[in-house]
This record gives sequence, structure tokens and C-alpha cells, in this order.
Amino acid sequence: MNKQRKGATGYAIGNYTLTAVTLHWATAVIVISAAVLGIYMHELPFSPTKLRLYSYHKWMGVTVFLLALVRLAWRSFHPAPALPGNMPLWEQQAAKGAHGALYALMIAVPVAGWVMSSAHGFQTVYLGILPIPDFIGKDKELAEVLEKVHGAFSLSFMALVMLHAAAALKHHFINRDNVLRRMLGFRSLP
Amino acid sequence: MRRIMLAVMMALLFAAAADAAPILKEQSRLAFVSRQMGVPVEGGFKRFDAEIDFDPKDTKKSRASITIYIDSIDAGSEEASTEIKRRPWFDAKNHPKAEFVSTSLVPLGAGRYRVSGNMTIKGRTRPASSEFVVRDRGAFRVFEGKFILKRLDFAVGEGAWSDTGTVADEIEVSYLLSVHFQGAKK
Repeated sequence: MNKQRKGATGYAIGNYTLTAVTLHWATAVIVISAAVLGIYMHELPFSPTKLRLYSYHKWMGVTVFLLALVRLAWRSFHPAPALPGNMPLWEQQAAKGAHGALYALMIAVPVAGWVMSSAHGFQTVYLGILPIPDFIGKDKELAEVLEKVHGAFSLSFMALVMLHAAAALKHHFINRDNVLRRMLGFRSLP
Repeated sequence: MRRIMLAVMMALLFAAAADAAPILKEQSRLAFVSRQMGVPVEGGFKRFDAEIDFDPKDTKKSRASITIYIDSIDAGSEEASTEIKRRPWFDAKNHPKAEFVSTSLVPLGAGRYRVSGNMTIKGRTRPASSEFVVRDRGAFRVFEGKFILKRLDFAVGEGAWSDTGTVADEIEVSYLLSVHFQGAKK
């Protein structure tokens, strides 16, 4: 039985699977850590610490990319529950659009980082063990362009994450619905 | 008499010098691969001189010496190339040159040889050896080989940089040295 039903009231009906909730929060923790790390490490003087942090940042990116693929696959078999029925249409469309963009950036930011690293002449070796082949060769000019692309994508991602979090809080504190609660793993009322 | 002696000595000297062929810079290269956090990073030296006196029939008389100018290093990125000349690494200001001087050459068959000698980097001299293969390519004779150099044997990367978890101790050095070649000696 598909749990997805349209709520007639302000209460959204249906739940996320525990897997979806876990994957969501794992992504959240890694994405935010990677963003903070990315901003911090950039200005560090060249040191072993810097080399380490760059590697950790790349490993986080690869992990986010993989998590996004797993989530999309999971989602195709376990559709996300419906939004509250009393949400205006434009809000529902905005929510769907924002979720689509979040997924796109979960893939685009790591991919841009990976090709940027290749263009700088540094292969990405996941967890220091698994070498990811270079899609492009060393190219200084291209690397500078890709740096801007990775940066712009990341900033858009961060802006969207903030919007996403603000919307969730708005649902919880202003609309007083269960949109945030169900992503925290609470079961919705039958 | 003294003049003849001098002439003979000069002739001998020139004969010896003619045997030690300087390498052809355009057809030679010196590269290395370091591992940073498990990531292989390619680098190389743009300037180096080498003299090779190689006689496949008389390996005992063969010798080679290489001088590498640290300033010409490319460590894979601008940031790394600047850093690596500093004191904790090569200390290029106080030790502008690295050097290898051979002490023995052992034939291994099928055009392969093992050269052993002394490597001096950052004022520290350590024994080093490398296998290489010799090929005659038209007007060139090409020596190609590689070996593992442990950077910490030469205090390359001191202090925080001595952590081999970040930058591995083993550096894979590869070289291709070409000299002029006018056919096999009779």
C-alpha cells in the first residue's frame, strides 16, 4: 500500500521511510561540513594540514555525490509523501522546484570540484584508496574557470540549503504542520 | 721532451673527455611522482646537467654524473613548487644543487644495467642505485630508468612535513637521458 495521499487538511499525510530520513540527515551533515571546510581551507597557508583538509573535503564531496544517487534510486521506489493539502499551488511548485535543484546541486557541486581538481593536476583518490579516473587532463586556464564554476555552484547550493531550512522552520513554527516533524522521523497521524 | 710529454698528456686528456658525453638537454627529462594523501602528483626538474661515459664492452670504465638545479623544480602546482624550495624541503638557497656520481655499473643482460653511486641532496650524501635500460635510437643513445628515493633520508620535508601520512616518504624518480651516438665502437 502506498502511503502517499494528499492531505485534505493542513496536516500532511504519509511518512518518509527511515532510510530516507537517515540519508537526508547524513547528507545534511556532510554538505554543511564540506561547505564550512571548503571556505576555511581555501585561505590556509600551504601545510600538511591543508593537504589533509583538501583531501577530506574531496572525500566528502564524493560521498555526497554517491548519497545523492542512492537517494534518487530509493526515492524512485519509495516516493516522498505528499505536501500538506492547504499549501498554495505556487508554494507546492516552489517546494518541488527547490528539491529538484537541491538534488541537481548535490551532483553538480562534487562533479565540478572533481573536474576542477583534475584540471589542477590532482587526481581524486576516494578515502586515499580508490582512485577516480581523471575526466580531463591538467589545464591551468580551464582549472581557473572550473574554480569559479565550483564556487558559484557551492554558493547557490548554500543559499538553497538555507532557504530549505528556513522553509522547514516556517512549516513547523508558523504553519504548525508536520512537514519538519516527519523528516525528524516522527510518524504522522493516520 | 717536455713539449712532447705535454702534447701526449693533452691528447690523452681530450680522448678521455671525448668519451664522457654531455647529455642532450632537449632529448632528456627528469621527473618524479610523489604521493600526497594517496594521490600521485607528477613533478620534474627543468634544468639538470649530466655526463655519461658509457661503454657496454667495459662497464668498469663507464661512469656517469648528474647535477640537478633545485630551483628548476616543478612540484605539480605553483603552491607546491614555491614551498618545496624552502628550508624544510630542499632549502634551495643553501643547497642549490643535487648531485649523483656513479661508483659502479653492473650489466644485467638484454640492455639492462644497474648503476650504483652516491646521491647528494640538501648536503646529505647517501648511496643510491637504479636499474636502467639502454637503447640506441639512430643518432641517439638513450638511458631510461627509475628508482625509489626516500625523501626523509635527505631531510627533504622536515618538521610537520616529515609526516609520511600526508606526503609519502617514497618518491618515484624516473629519467630519460640522451647522448649523441655514432654507432658501436670497434
